[in-house]
Formats: sequence, structure tokens, C-alpha cells
Amino acid sequence: MTRLHLLAGASALACFAGSAQAVEIDYWQYIYDTRVEAMDQLIAAFEEANPDITVNQVTFPYADYQTRIVAANMAGQGPDVMQLFYGWADKFIEGGLIQPLPEDVFPPEQIEEEFFPIVSAMSRDGQYYGLPTAVRSLALFWNKDLFAEAGIEGPPETLDELVEIGQQLTQTNDAGNFEVVGMTLDMAGQDHQWWREVLVRQMGGEPYSEDYSEVTYDDEAGTEALQFYTDLATVHGIGTPGFMDEGQAAFRAGRAAMTIDGTFRLGSFSSIEDFEWGVAELPANAEGVQSNYASYFANAIGSGAEGEEYDAAVKFLEYISSEEAMAVWLDVVGELPARRAAAMTDENMADPIYGPFLAALPYAHTTLFVDEAAQRQVAIDMTNRVLLEGQSPEDSIAEAAEEEQEIIDDARD
Amino acid sequence: MTHPTDHDTVPTRPLMNQPRLSMRMRSAVWVWTFLAVPLVFYVVIRFYPTFNAFWLSLTDWDLMSDAEFIGLENYRDMFADDDFWKTFWNTFEYLIYGTPTSLVIAFVIAYYLDKVRFAHNFLRALYFMPYITTAAAMAWVWRWFYQPAPTGLINGVLGEAGIGQIEFLKSTTWALPSIMVTAIWAGLGFQIIIFMAGLRAIPDTYYEAARMDGLGEWAILRKITLPLLKPTMVFLVVFISIAFLRIFDQVYNMTTNDPGGPLGSTEPLVLMIYQTAFSSYDMGQAAAQTVVLFTILLVVSLLQLWVLRERT
Repeated sequence: MTRLHLLAGASALACFAGSAQAVEIDYWQYIYDTRVEAMDQLIAAFEEANPDITVNQVTFPYADYQTRIVAANMAGQGPDVMQLFYGWADKFIEGGLIQPLPEDVFPPEQIEEEFFPIVSAMSRDGQYYGLPTAVRSLALFWNKDLFAEAGIEGPPETLDELVEIGQQLTQTNDAGNFEVVGMTLDMAGQDHQWWREVLVRQMGGEPYSEDYSEVTYDDEAGTEALQFYTDLATVHGIGTPGFMDEGQAAFRAGRAAMTIDGTFRLGSFSSIEDFEWGVAELPANAEGVQSNYASYFANAIGSGAEGEEYDAAVKFLEYISSEEAMAVWLDVVGELPARRAAAMTDENMADPIYGPFLAALPYAHTTLFVDEAAQRQVAIDMTNRVLLEGQSPEDSIAEAAEEEQEIIDDARD
Repeated sequence: MTHPTDHDTVPTRPLMNQPRLSMRMRSAVWVWTFLAVPLVFYVVIRFYPTFNAFWLSLTDWDLMSDAEFIGLENYRDMFADDDFWKTFWNTFEYLIYGTPTSLVIAFVIAYYLDKVRFAHNFLRALYFMPYITTAAAMAWVWRWFYQPAPTGLINGVLGEAGIGQIEFLKSTTWALPSIMVTAIWAGLGFQIIIFMAGLRAIPDTYYEAARMDGLGEWAILRKITLPLLKPTMVFLVVFISIAFLRIFDQVYNMTTNDPGGPLGSTEPLVLMIYQTAFSSYDMGQAAAQTVVLFTILLVVSLLQLWVLRERT
């Protein structure tokens, strides 16, 4: 009997000692080959520096990702560190899925000094709930071959040039159908972001109140921005929505001279072999006002992490938010570093591909979506009402503002 | 082949210690043991979630926080929402136009295919093929057919002929019929097979007698074939109606960029439920929409069974 007690005690001790030496934490993200690979590299480097910590990377298909996190959390099996889209922050905080970052390790003033201003989308009441490794922004992709064919030297720098060059690049056949569009028009792609955060601002408006609780684009500037966008199709004829199904498909096929898309498209466009393409900053308005939309996936600490696991999670988060990790991420995934120092190096800024995306980060805005898909739908419908039903931009924008306000109010109450 | 029976001495021995069960009882136990597997499965996987949906529709569950009872608020919101009614009528448009069209086309093809002897099996397989093809893959192929020129096949042909473009999926008028056509085409194969089985089941002697009495083909069709096909038709009408009320794959895959668009003109109820639940995570509202769909399915099915019931 005593021997059995002893044995049990010894094994309990062994377990305890074992856990004190080696902590295991779970890191969750969605499946995307290069992201998983980059994270594998980061975990290997982290484990080498911290032999007492093991990090398990767990991945799920993007479509299931949120549901999995919620389900796991309900079962008390949530991840210690997880990746989440900045737009999910409200829901994740409210649902108690993530906890604030410890201020001693991640002082807010230091974050605001060292990271690009868009990280503030992860802050609530002065507390940060997560930090990104990498960020994304938009740029104008242009088909160098089509530009050369039309005798145009370089990409447009202003909106007026965009219209003018777009018209020169558009090709139609005898029946009047597009062979090549000057520019893709795809609200379901990135154009809704371009319209919201860039065009509205360039026309002198503000799309939302400062905390994004109120829709403010229902004014002259918003109308002008919508008019500018729909005129590209109806007045200038440089493109049509749905051409080749998707904007990116048209560009890939060499049937669109220009398209607006994000850093995340670089991987897919890198396999284009039929023509040369370049990247340029989004065109400014006549007064030189520039804007951009930036977004990111942040890493946050799960609310279930406690004790040693919490300490290990903090350590791991610190590492994957470091300049070193960002360099790996840029190299493997092609996404831009979230820290100024890691991003704005001479080498990066001179890079013909990364340069224009990086140049936009200091002036980029991050929309605080409450339901990105639903808010995107509002923008799609707004454009369709003008293009398909002939509604006036004023009426269409008023309707859109009302619908979107309702979505925001519903989510916030 | 010999089967072990209760006369066999070997298995009866171990049974001696057990309480004696009559042969009837024993076979009943076996039957229920096997039936229990699908029964438990249905109760846990089907019935429980179904009843749970009724409860969820009275809450504000959003996956993240605990469900809170809010009475009929979800239903009030839903019935006050124009988008819901648009979706509601879209669903009925699929049903009202899709069901009779499917039925007529399937019957005509089955009727003539039944008379064809040359390459009969090959033709039948050809018609059946779309039914066994993945709906998503088919929807994507059709989606490309419908594109504007230069990618779209149909518009490409129209363009070559010098005819203007048809904005199939980009038009609020034509998008729904365009999608419905693909759904009708996809379902035809199955309906043709069922109709042919029904046609074959009618005894030849009826036809022979009718011909001897000098009835024309049209009269034979009207007086013999159609009345005797009634059970087949009842089954198909219910089957097709339910399929159209639950239409989702075709719509979702053909309009992924603007789900149910343009301007919600193609959105059926199931797509709305899917988006409310898995894009907006508004589970309570989605459950309320599901309850409505459930009720519609129930009412439509019962109504059809009643209308097409056997009058004796």
C-alpha cells in the first residue's frame, strides 16, 4: 500500500517537474501555404531560443476558422495564441475569446511609436488586444506590355490621368464589346475599399466618424466619389463590372490594363508569364491628396491562457511581433512588416513591388468593420443601383448610408 | 448454402442460461437493435437540431456570447425587412416557374425516349449525366457560359453573329431565369428516369385494347398514359418543389462575388439563411428564417399531397 502511494506521489512529482520544465502552447491560424510555412520557420527559431517551450501550430480552413475558435473556446480548449482579422476584434473581445496584452511587455506608447498607425484598430480604451506581424495595403497594378503598346510611359499619378490613360488603353471589337478594359471595375474585389477610404476622402469627405460608429459619406463628397466611380463605366467607358467575371482574372488574362488590388494578390500574380506588370501607388487627386486602405491579421493571446502557458504565450507573441519575425514573413509570405523600422528600410522602399505598398502605409486608413461581408454588400448594391437601375448617385448613396448605419447599430448595441 | 436455424444444436447451448425468449421476441430484439442505429442517428443528428432551431429562433445567439431569450423579436425584424420578402418571393419564383417547366420537359423527353430504340441506353445515360455531376462544378461552367464576350460562350456566339450582348447574370431581370435554367437542366435526368419507369409500369394490354378500339395517339395519351402516371407525377411534383424551395448550390456558385445578386434578385431563402448564420453570425435570426423555410416546405408538401390525392 505505502509503496503504491509512494509511486503515485513520485509520478505526480515527475509530471509536475516535467511541466515546469517544458510548456506546450497552441498557436492557431488558418490554412494558407506560405503563412503556415513562415510560422513553421518562426516556431523553429523561437523554440531554439526557448528550449523549454514547445509551440504547436494548429491550422483550419479559412471558412471554418472563426467557428472553430468559438467552439474550442466554449469547450475550454481555445488556443493560447491565435491569429485574427482586425475586423473581428470587437466580436472576439465581447465574446471573451482574447485577453488584453500585458502593458509591461507591450507598452501602448511604444507600440504606437514603433508600429504603423493602423495597429490602433486593435486597441480598445487604451488597451491593446493584439499585434500584427504583417500588414496589407492596396496599389495599382499595371500591365507594362499593354502600356507600351499604347505608347504610354508609366502608370497614372492622378485620378484625371487614370481616366485619360484608361480610355487610351481600352480596346473594343467591331460589335462594341470590350477586348481589353482600361481598368477593372470590381466592387466585390477591392474597389469597395478604394471607394470608401480613398475616393470619398479624395473628394473632400470622411466615410465615417472617427470611431467608425457613424456613416458620414452621405454628402456631396460621397456622391461625387460614387459618381466618379460609376462614370468610369458609363461616361468614360474604360471598363464594366463583371468583365471576365473578376477583376483579378481579367488582369491575369492580360485583358485589363490596370487593376486595384492588395499585397495578398502578389503571390497569385507572380506566376504571370505572358506579360510584364508593375505596381504603383494609388492615384492622388488633383490637389495631391493620397489615401489607402490597409488591413491585417493580428496575433492575440487566448483568454484561456493562464500561468506558465500565459507567460510562454506572451514570450511567443513578443517574438512573432519582432523585426526579425517580420523580415521572415516578408520573405516567405510577401506581406509588409508592421513595424516602421522593419518596413521602411532603404532596400524595401526601393523595391519596385513592395515600395509602392509600403509608401502608402503612413497615410493609410483601416476601416473598423462590424461585418465586412455585409458592409461590402452595401457598396456593391449601391453601385448596382446606379449602373443597373439608373438610380441617381445621390439617392443611391443615401440608401447605402442608411443600410450600413443599420448594420453598424445592430452590431454595436 | 445452409443457414443456421434454431434446430442447430451448437448455438442453443449457451442460450440455455439466458432467460428464454420466444423466436418472435428474439427476432424483434434483433430488428430493433439494427433499427436503433439509424434511429439514434436521426434523433441526434436530425431531430434534435431541428427542435433546437425553434428554440434558437427565440434567442439572440451570435456564437460568441450566451443565447438570451428575446421572444419573437427575430420574427418581427424578419417580417419588417424588405430583403426578407424579396428573398421570399424569389424562392417562390424558382418554385412556380421551375416545377411545371421541369415536369413538362422531363415528361416530353421521357415519352419520346421511351419510343426510341436506337441507342436508347446511351441517350438515357446522356440525360442522366448532369444529375450525377457536382452542382458546384456545373454552376461554375454555366457561370462562364453566361459571361460577357470575350470569355462567355453564349455572348461570344451572339457577338460573332452581330447580335447585342445579353447580360445574363449581371441583370436584375435575367439573372434568376438564367440560374433557374441550369437548375432545371441539372434535375432533368432523374425526373426522366422516374417518368420512364412510370411509363414502363403501364401494361401494354391497355394500349393494345385502346388501339383496337380505334383510339388516336393523343387520346391514348390523355385517357390512359397521363391518368396512370398520376402517382409518378405526385412524387415528382413534391420532389421537384422541395428541391426548388431549397435551391442554393447553383445560386451561390454562380454569384459568389455578389451572393444572391445583383441587388438580391436571385437570392433564395437558403442562401439568406447561410449568410445570416455563417457570414454575419446572427444565429438567432438565421434560426427564425429556417423555421419559416421549414413551415413553407411542410405546407407546400401537404398542400400538394392533398391536391393530387387519389380520389376514389
